[in-house]
Amino acid sequence: MAGMSAPDTDTPGLAARIGHGLARWSLVIGLLLLWDILARSGSFTPFMLPSPESVAQRIWRDASNGDLPINMGLTLYRALTGFLIAALLGVGTGLLITRSAAAAWFFDPIISVGFPMPKITFLPVIVLWLGFYDTAKISMVVFDAIFPAITGTIVGIRAVEKELLWSARNLGAKEREMLWQILLPAASPQIMTGLQVSLPIALIVAIVAEMLMGGYGIGGAMQQASSMADSRGVFAGIVEIAVVGWVLVKGMSLLRRRLLMWHPEAEAPSGV
Amino acid sequence: MNRALRCLPLLILALAWEFISRTGLVSGSALPSLVKIGEAWWGLARDGDLWTHGAASAWRVGAGLFCAIVIGAALGIGMAWWRPADMVLGPFVEIFYPLPKSALIPVTALWLGFGDGSKILLIALGCMLPVTIGAYNGARSSDRTLVWSARSMGAGRLRVLRDVVAPSALPELLSGIRTALAISFVLLIASELIVARSGFGYLIGFLGANGTYEPMFAVVLTVAFLGFVADRLYQAFTRRVFAWRE
Repeated sequence: MAGMSAPDTDTPGLAARIGHGLARWSLVIGLLLLWDILARSGSFTPFMLPSPESVAQRIWRDASNGDLPINMGLTLYRALTGFLIAALLGVGTGLLITRSAAAAWFFDPIISVGFPMPKITFLPVIVLWLGFYDTAKISMVVFDAIFPAITGTIVGIRAVEKELLWSARNLGAKEREMLWQILLPAASPQIMTGLQVSLPIALIVAIVAEMLMGGYGIGGAMQQASSMADSRGVFAGIVEIAVVGWVLVKGMSLLRRRLLMWHPEAEAPSGV
Repeated sequence: MNRALRCLPLLILALAWEFISRTGLVSGSALPSLVKIGEAWWGLARDGDLWTHGAASAWRVGAGLFCAIVIGAALGIGMAWWRPADMVLGPFVEIFYPLPKSALIPVTALWLGFGDGSKILLIALGCMLPVTIGAYNGARSSDRTLVWSARSMGAGRLRVLRDVVAPSALPELLSGIRTALAISFVLLIASELIVARSGFGYLIGFLGANGTYEPMFAVVLTVAFLGFVADRLYQAFTRRVFAWRE
């Protein structure tokens, strides 16, 4: 299981990998079958649990009349733009905090208070300031997703071995070279871990913001379906979001493996 | 003294807030002065609104988290302890874990309506998997030699589970619960803002929709503060639990 089992250091053979892939797909099929059986068993009304076929039809209809691409595109645009801004600002702030004592003094208490806060409560405040459109939604995503990026960067940079820095400095590295060639690469596993926590948060917050503020987007569409008691629409939304969430989380851990191929701990537990 | 110096940045932020709002750089409704927010908070506390809505929220978080922790920990330890459970339940955990939990809000509303039940179910479902994974990882990492020695000294399987596996699962289980605690606040407030007739989230939405921004800020800051305090208390609690390890 991803993130649950101890990392395999040696690559499994082709047969093992095919077997593993088959096992995974049979799980998804098993889940669908279970859903179908439950829906047909008559112990749930179609309103409580619509059958997988009707939900699939609904997804197909939304995909062919263009609703799904628009909604999905907007949700992903908001979540990913927010995530990218949060990643850049977060790593930048983290660097600043580790490089300057004044910044550390100023930001440390703010982060230690801000990180455990349920930032979503500030959503109405953000609406008050920025309105209901993309700026507000993306700002909310940034506000929520930035904290793991900051703390990941701080943890990573503070853990860089002093010997590495001393030798680089002895060899005449300038500040800029130290940053790009020593500090950031050496800290990249923890920075990646922070970002792997940030990404699902970005998606969660984008969806909540859409549900609350309405308009296009998967969250808005689900909320509308729910308020019109359109249970197929709600379940279609769940399936779509589940697939997107899975793809993003998976993509992030593939990216991690690719970026950190050179690093001894290439296969670190995915923080999500 | 040291502590005061550490908290100084927060004070600076508060003063900057007060300064901006008093000088009218932004309008008073967008950023009410902290003094007025304090007065509004006092008003809400005196009228009892804060307590009735707070009690509704506390019950939902409490009941939801309780279910999540009990079921989640049992599942996680069970899956680590008994292979068939792992084979059957593991895939479900894997499929549902990356699901953004906020997607469940409309479903639980569809199933159980606008009341307490839908929020409790939402929090229980949304917070269960981090606890399960913490318990699973913790229980799997329990030292094989400890298990073997306990077995060879004649401890039954259940005894080993209770005296060896469960305690060694504790650190990761507790950190899973910390994640669950954070998620529970997010789900609670989000679901109350979207579909509810009571609770802190509802109160925030209601006050905001009425254009009474001072009390709205008062409740927002209260919830933010409570989330922070809950996390700090939980950390203090885990430190106490692990006092024996030092």
